[in-house]
Amino acid sequence: MDWGQILNNTAAFLFAPETIAYALAAIGLSVHFGFTGLLNFGQAAFMALGAYGYAISILSFGLPWWVGILVGILAAVAFAIVLGIPTLRLRADYLAIVTIAAAEIVRLLFTTQVFDEYTNSADGLGNYHAGFRAANPFTYEGSAGFGPWVWTANQLWVRVFGIILVALAALIVFLLMRSPWGRVLKGIREDEDAVRALGKNVFAYKMQSLIIGGIFGALGGVVLALPSAVTPGVYVTSLTFFLYTILLLGGAATIFGPIIGSVIFWVIQAFLSNVLPALINDGLLPGMSLVQSASLRYILVGVALMLIVIFRPQGIFGNKKELTFVK
Amino acid sequence: MEVARRTNQRKKRAILALFGAVLALMAITSTATAASADEIGTDEYDYIFSGNVKYNSEPLEDVLIKVDGNGYNAEVVTDADGKWKIGVPEKAEYTITIDESTLPEGVIVTDEDASGASKKAEFGLTKNKSVNFFLGEGVRETTSVWDQLGERIANGLNFGLMLALAAIGVSLVFGTTGLSNFAHSEMVTFGALMGLVFSGTAYLGWPIWVGIPIAVLLSAVFGFTLDFVIWKPLRKKGVGLVQVMIVSIGLSLALRYIFQYFFGGDTQQLPGAGGASVDFLGPISLSVIDLVSMAISIVVLLAVAFWLLRTRIGKATRAISDNPSLAAASGIDVDRVIRIVWILSAALAGLSGILWAYFRPGIKWDMGAGILLLIFAAVTLGGLGTALGALVGSLVVGLLVEISTLFIPSDLKYVGALVVLILVLLVRPQGILGRKERIG
Repeated sequence: MDWGQILNNTAAFLFAPETIAYALAAIGLSVHFGFTGLLNFGQAAFMALGAYGYAISILSFGLPWWVGILVGILAAVAFAIVLGIPTLRLRADYLAIVTIAAAEIVRLLFTTQVFDEYTNSADGLGNYHAGFRAANPFTYEGSAGFGPWVWTANQLWVRVFGIILVALAALIVFLLMRSPWGRVLKGIREDEDAVRALGKNVFAYKMQSLIIGGIFGALGGVVLALPSAVTPGVYVTSLTFFLYTILLLGGAATIFGPIIGSVIFWVIQAFLSNVLPALINDGLLPGMSLVQSASLRYILVGVALMLIVIFRPQGIFGNKKELTFVK
Repeated sequence: MEVARRTNQRKKRAILALFGAVLALMAITSTATAASADEIGTDEYDYIFSGNVKYNSEPLEDVLIKVDGNGYNAEVVTDADGKWKIGVPEKAEYTITIDESTLPEGVIVTDEDASGASKKAEFGLTKNKSVNFFLGEGVRETTSVWDQLGERIANGLNFGLMLALAAIGVSLVFGTTGLSNFAHSEMVTFGALMGLVFSGTAYLGWPIWVGIPIAVLLSAVFGFTLDFVIWKPLRKKGVGLVQVMIVSIGLSLALRYIFQYFFGGDTQQLPGAGGASVDFLGPISLSVIDLVSMAISIVVLLAVAFWLLRTRIGKATRAISDNPSLAAASGIDVDRVIRIVWILSAALAGLSGILWAYFRPGIKWDMGAGILLLIFAAVTLGGLGTALGALVGSLVVGLLVEISTLFIPSDLKYVGALVVLILVLLVRPQGILGRKERIG
């Protein structure tokens, strides 16, 4: 068994586009769930809107890549408003069910044959990279870097761009949450009625929170789409659940929790997806096939989610005094 | 809307034909852009299906061929020589379908290896596989929209009743414990998988009238175990509702992939699935399985209604749904009732899983997750926490899903139900039978 190779592949995921994209989407979710107490189970749809908004505006309408990102953000804002109007006045579990249903509607609309001309239905979209790569400030030939982090200029550009977005998002959330506006959000999470009694428009605050978190989700979708392709099979309900695992792992009401959570999630996934097949090839895991080892990784995600919520609901970085679960 | 259909086809084919017709309509509008390409995906992928569509040795042009399987699908139109080629990403089994509505009048697929107008094909030792269909003369009869509506309603009722079995469980659990149980979908899958273990030909192969009751019984045991191991300790610990809900999401993920671990990713069939259909009330033809399935659903639902309305435990259940503290104060053993509710709801979910395995047809590791949202939609539509509301909501959702396929493509049929869910919440958030105070 080649431990060097396994550790190399694992360490590469520290800066993988997936890690960055999930971190961004989880930051959005931390605004929704961690700071405002909104049970948004439709974060996958925000990501899908970002990814498809980006790819479709480039492929079908020939817009520049940065306009594509803006289109993705606008789509997420529109979705947040449409989603928020009927649901934000309702109780938490209603919001959960409606957001999950709305996310599924969005996914089915992207997957159906009806809009095949724009979405390419189940096959997804690709080949929209020219504009983004033309804007690449790194111009070296071949690959460069050290250890497991050897990238071509385009790969490096995706990662640098993504990390800048994550840093900006974390900074924005940090500044927002220490502002009076952020304190109102936390107040809504702790006791909605009390905040309402102070004369605040709870509905408007929740809507603003939904929009801001949704924008981060859309940016996560864009980053996920940047390196390769938009695959509709990714934006399923499970994606939202993985984001919750990431968020709760790091700490729902923290700034760095979602980022660290995403890194831990992906590094463990990458480690298992490398080490399990190696163990199977060496005959150390009798009775398990390669396909089964892939299932095992997701079983562990589910079990981890249960254990975190039961035994450490505040996450790794969370403060136990700050209640992260309403009611 | 008139749709071509063969005389001796089962109802499933009618759905296919309808879907095909809609697709064909879209193909007519969109093939202009897709060009008269007789080859697709042959550059991107190594594995290639090809064929030659001929009738009486005459090549047929502009016949629509579709390939579907492993999450990939593509379609081409034959060229002037009747030839077509489709590249596919994997060396695996695919379903190749000829769109009969694009064949000339009076010509249908008469291939003995084909089921309807579809054929399954797999690659041999090479990367190319030729797939040809025998075409022959056949009568295509047209079905009016009213006859189709009748058939859709019958299917919708069947689907709705089956959905109700699962939805009542969700509703009872929500009513008594306040939990929106996301792992309910896995209890549905569990029932179907146990049915497969005991009655599936690849497993124990016992007769279905033995296998299905055992599967339902095991589902009940499963429900008891989950309550004993997870839900009861969490209740005792006083863990918050949202937390428990997220635990149920984790459980749902874990269970789903455990099923995949042990049963693989393929679709498997229970014995007798896709049986012959009998004509039933004019244009409506239902298979024996459909009729038995509806009868079982109705009997079980009536029994549950009787249990809720007339028996001591049933009344206690409703009392706890209404006001748990008051119920406990009046001497009801809340813990015992909740345990019974878990067992009952798991058994009902298992039964609905088996019926759904026949309705789809097929058993797959993530089949339950596919209808979880419809179950939630049904429960929310009827009114969260009201058992009879769940029944009403399920029937509405079932009918809506099936009837909407008359107007929208069937790959969007769940969208209709989910949109209605959101619209109903806008005007009547407490659901059809719910009371206003519940929405808080």
